[in-house]
Amino acid sequence: MSAADDAPPAPTRFEPPVAPASAPFWDASREQRLVLQWCRDCERPIHYPREACPRCLGTELEFRPASGRGVVYAASVMPKPGNASMAGREPYVVALVDLEEGVRMLSNVVGLRPELVEVGLAVEVTWEPLSDGRHLPLFAAATQA
Amino acid sequence: MTVHEGLRGQAAIVGVADAVSPTGELDGSVQALEVAMIREALDDAGLTIGDVDAVFSCTWAGWAPSLGLAEYLGIAPRWTDSTQTGGSSFEVHVEHAAAAIALGLVDVAVIAYAGTPRSSFKRGGSGFASRQTMPGLTPQAEWEMPYGLRMPMGAYALAASRHMAEYGTTSEQMAQIAVDARRWAAMNPRARLQEQISVEDVLASPLEASPLRKLDCCLVTDGAGAVVLTSAERARDLRKPPALVLGTGTCHTHSMISQMPDLTTTGAVVSGALAFAAAGLGPDDVDVVELYDSFTITVLLLLEDLGFCPKGEGGRFVAEGVLGPGGSRPANTTGGGLAYTHPGMFGIFLLVEAVRQLRGECGPRQVAGAEVALAHGSGGVLSAMSTVILGTEATA
Ligand SMILES: [Zn+2]
Repeated sequence: MSAADDAPPAPTRFEPPVAPASAPFWDASREQRLVLQWCRDCERPIHYPREACPRCLGTELEFRPASGRGVVYAASVMPKPGNASMAGREPYVVALVDLEEGVRMLSNVVGLRPELVEVGLAVEVTWEPLSDGRHLPLFAAATQA
Repeated sequence: MTVHEGLRGQAAIVGVADAVSPTGELDGSVQALEVAMIREALDDAGLTIGDVDAVFSCTWAGWAPSLGLAEYLGIAPRWTDSTQTGGSSFEVHVEHAAAAIALGLVDVAVIAYAGTPRSSFKRGGSGFASRQTMPGLTPQAEWEMPYGLRMPMGAYALAASRHMAEYGTTSEQMAQIAVDARRWAAMNPRARLQEQISVEDVLASPLEASPLRKLDCCLVTDGAGAVVLTSAERARDLRKPPALVLGTGTCHTHSMISQMPDLTTTGAVVSGALAFAAAGLGPDDVDVVELYDSFTITVLLLLEDLGFCPKGEGGRFVAEGVLGPGGSRPANTTGGGLAYTHPGMFGIFLLVEAVRQLRGECGPRQVAGAEVALAHGSGGVLSAMSTVILGTEATA
């Protein structure tokens, strides 16, 4: 499923810059593929992507596909926009999502009424197009257990 | 974990000053206010600017805050510190100053802060937000800003959401923290908000970021303050009774809320344990606590993490009003950031009030017989924690 159906035609959302270390993440987003950076020495995922592993400082890092499945760790409904680019979307949910792989991402949970987004809700990634062909990962209630 | 036992009681806060107004606004520039506070705090101690050989500033305009402040003061210090950890900067500064004094590297240190976000905003400026904009290529711009989390309340709302889900904490319990802050503020004629409120009032106030409502959130006011430290030995010859630095501790766990390892546990677990170990004291020995109350949830987390109640029990602990006047755990006796003042950063005011409580200067809001006070700063978004335990001469 895609959140694009509900999104305004011309995305006004604050568009994230691309740090050198996270270029592969955003490149994959063009094809709506979620990837995560991993440290090959620690065999652990890293988020946000860095130039060095925040556990061992190693630089043997690579991007691997992620399942896109996760669980809401914390959630808050914004009754007012957090920045000008979110005007008109309120109320909306900002959540921390624990991905299956073991990292946590800030995102929006979309596609259901804000008050239904509770801690523990199973979610899966969905994508909102950005103006430059990239996509922003959002989350929606999981369609399968 | 290194315990700074050797620092216990070596340094003291000997002068304090703060400027706030019930209108929430102060006249004068940030520079003028900061210098006025330094002058007043030195006078409180019976010292002069010529005695100062260490400056601490995290906000002075320009690329190097302590350089700017020292230049403005016309002094050439031998110890300089521009450490910026947000609202806890001033507790960190006390720790650094106390260590330097204990080693004989510093004689007299001044720590100052002024902020005028309220009058700046009224003049059409961006208030404190001008310090919070994060242009360009930062992890926050890349991984948080696209999602429209309201800042800073949204970050704390996420922590509250998690605490409620994990421990059954309720909005009513958190609201009691705001109610108790007003009970103290009612006894403080300089407090911004002196009207009493009820739990129902808090729950009826507008939602800011669920579950936090307007009355769960700190003020936006002008304000300024300063503290002066010197050695315990020199302190004994000065104007006011010294507030001895018995123990300190600092720990930061993240910068962005999305990188906080556990949203229900802060670095205060570490900073508090360090400070108590250094002081040779425990939570039960503390007579009055000044905890950074950026939001009601902040106080709840700090009470747990500093050991005043078990993890997860914060909601039940505060529900009966123990933090208020006459309660068993008097806290935030000015009215705190929720009701006294909050000029962007509140850490200096925690120290000033802790010292005044130990001196017995607090009039109607005085906690009788206070000998040990704990001031705890929280900076960033529950990011940087710093604990300072102060005591009277009787605790030396
Ligand atoms: Zn590694």
